[in-house]
Amino acid sequence: MKILVCISHVPDTTSKINFTDNDSKFDTNGVQFVINPYDEFCLTRAMWFKEKQGASVTVVNVGNATTEPTLRKALAIGADDAIRVNTEAVDGLSVAKQLAEVVKSGGYDLVLAGKESIDYNGEMVPGMLAALVEYSFVNGCTGIEVDGESVTLKREIDGGNETLTSSLPMVVAGQKGMVEEKDLRIPNMRGIMMARKKPLNVIEPIDVENATAVESYEKPAPKGAVKLVDADNVDELINLLHNEAKVI
Amino acid sequence: MSVLVFADSSEGKFKKSALEVVSYGKKVAEQLSTNVVVATINVDDASELYTYGAEKVVNVSNEDLKIFNAKEYASVLQQIAGAENANTVILDSSIDVLYFAPILAVSLEAGYARNVVELPSSITPFTVKRKAFSNKGFSNTVISSDKKIIGVAKNSYGIHENPVDGTTESFNASVAISKVKSTNIEKASGKVTIADADIVVSGGRGLKGPENWGMIEELAGVLGAATACSKPVSDLGWRPHTEHVGQTGKPVAANLYIAIGISGAIQHLAGINASKVKVVINTDPEAPFFKAADYGIVGDAFEVVPKLIEKLKEFKAQNS
Repeated sequence: MKILVCISHVPDTTSKINFTDNDSKFDTNGVQFVINPYDEFCLTRAMWFKEKQGASVTVVNVGNATTEPTLRKALAIGADDAIRVNTEAVDGLSVAKQLAEVVKSGGYDLVLAGKESIDYNGEMVPGMLAALVEYSFVNGCTGIEVDGESVTLKREIDGGNETLTSSLPMVVAGQKGMVEEKDLRIPNMRGIMMARKKPLNVIEPIDVENATAVESYEKPAPKGAVKLVDADNVDELINLLHNEAKVI
Repeated sequence: MSVLVFADSSEGKFKKSALEVVSYGKKVAEQLSTNVVVATINVDDASELYTYGAEKVVNVSNEDLKIFNAKEYASVLQQIAGAENANTVILDSSIDVLYFAPILAVSLEAGYARNVVELPSSITPFTVKRKAFSNKGFSNTVISSDKKIIGVAKNSYGIHENPVDGTTESFNASVAISKVKSTNIEKASGKVTIADADIVVSGGRGLKGPENWGMIEELAGVLGAATACSKPVSDLGWRPHTEHVGQTGKPVAANLYIAIGISGAIQHLAGINASKVKVVINTDPEAPFFKAADYGIVGDAFEVVPKLIEKLKEFKAQNS
């Protein structure tokens, strides 16, 4: 089984979010970039398929050269090789079209990608990719088993879970549950040394038009200070929630 | 050039988010000087939607669509969008809609922006404000393609009445063949789901153990709220994973979020920040949650919560 894991290069969760150039760009100054947490669940599950079922694992990113340390980290975790499509990621549809070229030329059986990135929160690239390459698709996957060509999956639904069956080739958008957080891997020294020798192929993008573009960014309005209520006076809290906030 | 809204339903009943997107779609149609068409699937009586501005409803009745399938739903909406000559499609943010929206975007060749929190700020260029950076920022995004899909963030625009004399027509859609099959659905019945709840009561590690969740459930019961928990609580197995809210768990966009014994780690706040009013009850006045909350009580949950339940019962008795 040939697995492709799509890796988004995102600011660490604890990063301060600021904007520059008249609020037209995300300020990367002092920001630590990491593998998108949703993609990390997918990569860890891919490692399991590699170790238990002999799958090969390629990782891919659409981005400029600044994303390479994130791809090297994925190689250090255990991916066999990496591909970087050498273009700025502008919108979901154009990224999906670049990835579709990679999937078609590589003939992957299973494409795993986090259900969304924690920076732009588009939640669209995996589904668009599946539609473009005409692979079956499951979103928000919380468990996946592959037996030959047949695939059993779980996903969250409102107030419960659904079990699904399908067959390869597939695109699956993953989240927590695909593996547990305690199973996530930190690269060890041997992994980091080996990652330096693994292939990281830079390929040129195809011509695509984007359908959306960010014009400007805004930060949320500063929040007022918390109103503290005395622990012996819960009546006051009820009063505030009823008469001031009007939520009960 | 109409505006098409998909009103999601469960067992023939509309979700609150459906009423929100119909309200939103009616206003967008006014901005574009056109009409709104609302698509429903397997709904017997859609007249409730007329109250929110649905002039025309098209309903698809088909046994094959009883169980949600993303490819099938995307294909049905593509057919309706074609028949109604719709260039703008308005969707909500339910789990199922988020699943099929990207497939629909490719088949319509539409630009798609989700997490949208307001009406378009401009029609030319078509500009929407959407949440990004896990609720730590907004982006004003221009959709430049002819066809557009707007995913409205839950509980952002609100439900607005706008009564019209509506009509409902039935629509015959062909059902696409999907290789993804649903084999089992497990659903907790009778409980308010986190996705649909106006109020969410959430417990953290400060509650010391799963045996102490009785008061959380009782408080939720009094308020008609859903129960939730922080990540450490679900990692420890005190509560099921389906209750975990936060960045890698479920997102919460409730009217009222009550956090009990939760310190407010940045990953937790990222997942619940979209809630309108936040209340924290915690013994530690330095807990980061106090910086994110609107109202707070510094105190022991084991003393405060039982008092709160008692007083809320009195309040509910007087106000019902």
